Amino acid sequence: MAIGSEQVLHIAALARLELGAAEIAEMQRDLGAILDYVEQLRGLDVADVEPMTHAATLATPLRDDAVVTPPGAAALANAPARAGDLVAVPRFLE
Amino acid sequence: MNDHRGFESVIGLEVHAQLLTRSKIFCGCPTAFGATPNSHVCPVCLGHPGALPVLNRAAVEHAVRFGLAIGCRINQRSVFARKNYFYPDLPKGYQISQFDRPLCEHGQLVVDVDGQPRPIGIIRVHLEEDAGKNLHQGSDPSRSYVDYNRAGVPLAEIVSAPDLRSPAEAVAYLRELRAILIYLESCDGNMQEGSFRCDANVSVRPVGQSALGTRTELKNINSFKFVAQALEHEIERQIDVLADGGQVEQETRLWDEEAHRTRPMRGKEESHDYRYFPDPDLLPLVVDDGWLERLRRERPLLPADRRARLQGELGLPAPDVAMLVEDKALGDYFEAALSRCPGNPRAVANWVVNDVQALVKNAVGGAAACPVAPDALGALIGLVDAGVVASAGARQVFFELAAGRASDPAVAARALGVELVDDSAALAAAVDQVIASSGAEVDKYRAGKKQVIGYLVGQVLRRLGGKVDPKQVNELLRRRLDA
Amino acid sequence: MTSLDDLSLTEAAALLERRALTSRELTAACLARAEQRRSLNSVIALLADRAMVEAEDSDRRRAAGAARGPLDGIPLGVKDNILLAGVPATAGSNILRRHVAAYDATAVERLRRAGAVLLAKLNLDEFGMGSSNENSAFGPCRNPWDESRTPGGSSGGAAAAVAAGLCLGCLGTDTGGSIRQPAAFCGVSGLRPTYGRVSRYGVIAFASSLDQVGPLGRSAGDVALLMNAIAGHDPRDSTSAPRPVPDFAAAIGRGVRGLRVGLPREYFELGGCTADVAAAVRDAIAVLEAAGARVSEIALPHTRYAIACYYLIATAEASSNLARYDGVRYGDRVDPGRGLAELYLATRGQGFGAEVKRRILLGTFVLSAGYYDAYYRRAQQVRTLISRDFEQAFAAVDVIAAPIAPTPAFALGEKTADPLTMYLSDIFTISVNLGGVCGMSVPCGLSAGPRPLPIGLQLIGRPFDEESVLAAAGALQEATDWHRRRPPEGGSGRP
Repeated sequence: MAIGSEQVLHIAALARLELGAAEIAEMQRDLGAILDYVEQLRGLDVADVEPMTHAATLATPLRDDAVVTPPGAAALANAPARAGDLVAVPRFLE
Repeated sequence: MNDHRGFESVIGLEVHAQLLTRSKIFCGCPTAFGATPNSHVCPVCLGHPGALPVLNRAAVEHAVRFGLAIGCRINQRSVFARKNYFYPDLPKGYQISQFDRPLCEHGQLVVDVDGQPRPIGIIRVHLEEDAGKNLHQGSDPSRSYVDYNRAGVPLAEIVSAPDLRSPAEAVAYLRELRAILIYLESCDGNMQEGSFRCDANVSVRPVGQSALGTRTELKNINSFKFVAQALEHEIERQIDVLADGGQVEQETRLWDEEAHRTRPMRGKEESHDYRYFPDPDLLPLVVDDGWLERLRRERPLLPADRRARLQGELGLPAPDVAMLVEDKALGDYFEAALSRCPGNPRAVANWVVNDVQALVKNAVGGAAACPVAPDALGALIGLVDAGVVASAGARQVFFELAAGRASDPAVAARALGVELVDDSAALAAAVDQVIASSGAEVDKYRAGKKQVIGYLVGQVLRRLGGKVDPKQVNELLRRRLDA
Repeated sequence: MTSLDDLSLTEAAALLERRALTSRELTAACLARAEQRRSLNSVIALLADRAMVEAEDSDRRRAAGAARGPLDGIPLGVKDNILLAGVPATAGSNILRRHVAAYDATAVERLRRAGAVLLAKLNLDEFGMGSSNENSAFGPCRNPWDESRTPGGSSGGAAAAVAAGLCLGCLGTDTGGSIRQPAAFCGVSGLRPTYGRVSRYGVIAFASSLDQVGPLGRSAGDVALLMNAIAGHDPRDSTSAPRPVPDFAAAIGRGVRGLRVGLPREYFELGGCTADVAAAVRDAIAVLEAAGARVSEIALPHTRYAIACYYLIATAEASSNLARYDGVRYGDRVDPGRGLAELYLATRGQGFGAEVKRRILLGTFVLSAGYYDAYYRRAQQVRTLISRDFEQAFAAVDVIAAPIAPTPAFALGEKTADPLTMYLSDIFTISVNLGGVCGMSVPCGLSAGPRPLPIGLQLIGRPFDEESVLAAAGALQEATDWHRRRPPEGGSGRP
């Protein structure tokens, strides 16, 4: 399946990936080739086949509702920008 | 509003209710509100590399109980999905939610506006995790800040069908929903703290048209008052647009409390494509027969049950019923007081709705924290009914109890000296004196102005220092005057 | 005594037990070896100081008669997408270059409990995305048998480190062959356990429904000892299997008498194996047959769809798993100073390498509105078919034997120009991940030529039947010595 550069840009925007001009062309080419390759799946009749979403077959396990003392601020030691207890980002509007 | 300049409004509501669990939905961090920012966080709720979610059983139970309460089908096998989008308050770049196969579907809630009960469909109830909180008022005007304490708090998202036709219905629906959650002890219903939040989808269409108009989504409405105001404004705005020959744009709008209007979200509006897919880190949620049966059996009292009892069984006036149903703690107080004084539900309701309510209005914990024990109030009303104290005296006793100066109403009545005089001679003498000294009023009464009796009763009461049952005075006066 | 560099884990454990060797000596030898083989670029972080402290602790325990078992004092490496508290965990990515892990992965915690010395964080393709270790932000790792060649990927650093004697075993991860293929390329043994057998908690996710942690070692026996330590249910991983853990080491000597071994027709038809690979695999199967295995042909008819299926599912999951790297809570932030939107774009655009971006884009695309059913859902349906193939095959056989890769280690740069060609080299390993079964790579030969390269045999087992796979691997290693071959010093001499 051919994929246009606008489509590449749209996906890149959804995925928040900045791409240079050369990268866009490269990705367009590579994604097109991969999508061509995966076209072969269309040849299979899967109409009545349940999709396999997990490699495990059980039900999800459940935790008891018990509080575990959290590490708190220590878990944000890697944050690139902090202000007191808070994590800082460039100002944005909601 | 149902027929407004030839338009009718169509409203659907999405409610996010924080579920009252101790720990978060996928990790053991506490859920308590108001902690130091970023103190209730761990690798799981911060979305650290390698961290994985494990589902909290209590969150599931709350959601199932709620689903059962509104007559939902419980999907015994439901699936968690990832809703993918980027936002600073969303740690993993996706929210764990439910999409294709939610936990509960196809429920219904009956709302009553002006005595007209209307069934409102509930499309689905699903479990998801809350996001953190973005803060925009900080030391540096070029920055926004994020507190992740709320990230991972369990939410039930409750989606109504577009069955609501007016802001009043929307508010009635929300009040009932909130009451149910509070009765189930599944949510504290606190709109200010954000534990009960509402987004609304609104459209208008010409009366008679069956196709829906273009809708807008209203966000950020955090009180019942604002729900009504925001909806009213948005409906007016849309009608204005259409009446001018324009078109309503599908968009998300925020209710601006200060400007008292809705405005489009300022953040860059991009085409949303959430790319939902089943979360590979969580297997399907299975609610087996035994578990479901137990939750069914444990069905607690619901607002509708209490409404039926207060209205049908006890015959209380509608405004009292409404208040005692919506405020669960107040209703519980009423029931407790009534059990002490079972013969006079109207009087008990009257006391609870007026005096108790006034006393606890702004108190933390509401009626449950009332300084006058329901048992004491019941006993006090019993004293009134038995003719031991008059209502004015009873009120004095109530304030003694409320102030903590007494706990036994009978003892307090005696101490205050408000027990009624049980002395018919004194009463007869007082009645005679009043009749003798109130010639003008007596003439008026006999001329047909019967309401003047109130004045005469007051005079007798005054002579006896209030220690007598006004009803008794009234009766005696009439007997004398009508003779 | 053989050189310390040539010891297997099992042998080293015996020496430690007899007090013929200390963990300190062994660890020091591994650290020296790491210095000596720096050209391999197999190590992202050498934890020399910590390792020596852990080695001393181990020696003290042993002296006090409180040794914790065969792994106590054994220097091991960990692929750098597995977390060690307080140590950077880069996943081979610039975006996590300075990320210090806040906690231990469950598998790591279990190795610590067993007394292991954790010596190095090892090179990998960024986030495990690659088959040659060339997609690492820390530069490609090299194959110790021939430094002009790839060690395979994505656990290239782990396989190279075990082969070159930097450590006596490693933890890797395998999403589409990332333990087995580098094990084959470097001539070591590597097991991808059944999905759910080893906890994924603390393992930086690539594709959550396919990822699995597993050991690499110098023999099937070494792999079994590592499995004994790391396998088992973990309440912190919802996909972890609540199953009893057998003694994997006991399976090694069990033999293959009566074991039914299936040869998947499609693997031999489709793959375009080189003559060396085909011959080595056939010889290994003959060895198993001679040892009493009953060999028959089987069919895995959907094998040819595996790569397409895999690249849709794995990239979809990856696109979501990697969304958390946004430069807000951790990781490197690139802020061009033009607001939040630009911060996201620049952080991710500059933080990720080309292959990761390619996969995020593909995954985003296949999940996006209008394409989900045609790509993602269909791929999951095909995954069901692939899984059924295994179910049917395992009704007739106990273990499936096949090649690991069509060729021995290819040259660095050989396949980087065309991502699809690189993907196609995973044809034999990918089905195991899709099917949720277990698979192992064991050395079974060397290629001809002036610079011989290792060839691997793949052994595939039923879900949670790693024991049969280990039994077959053990039987092969009992009868052959391919697993004892060591790469030439400097990667240029004779084996």
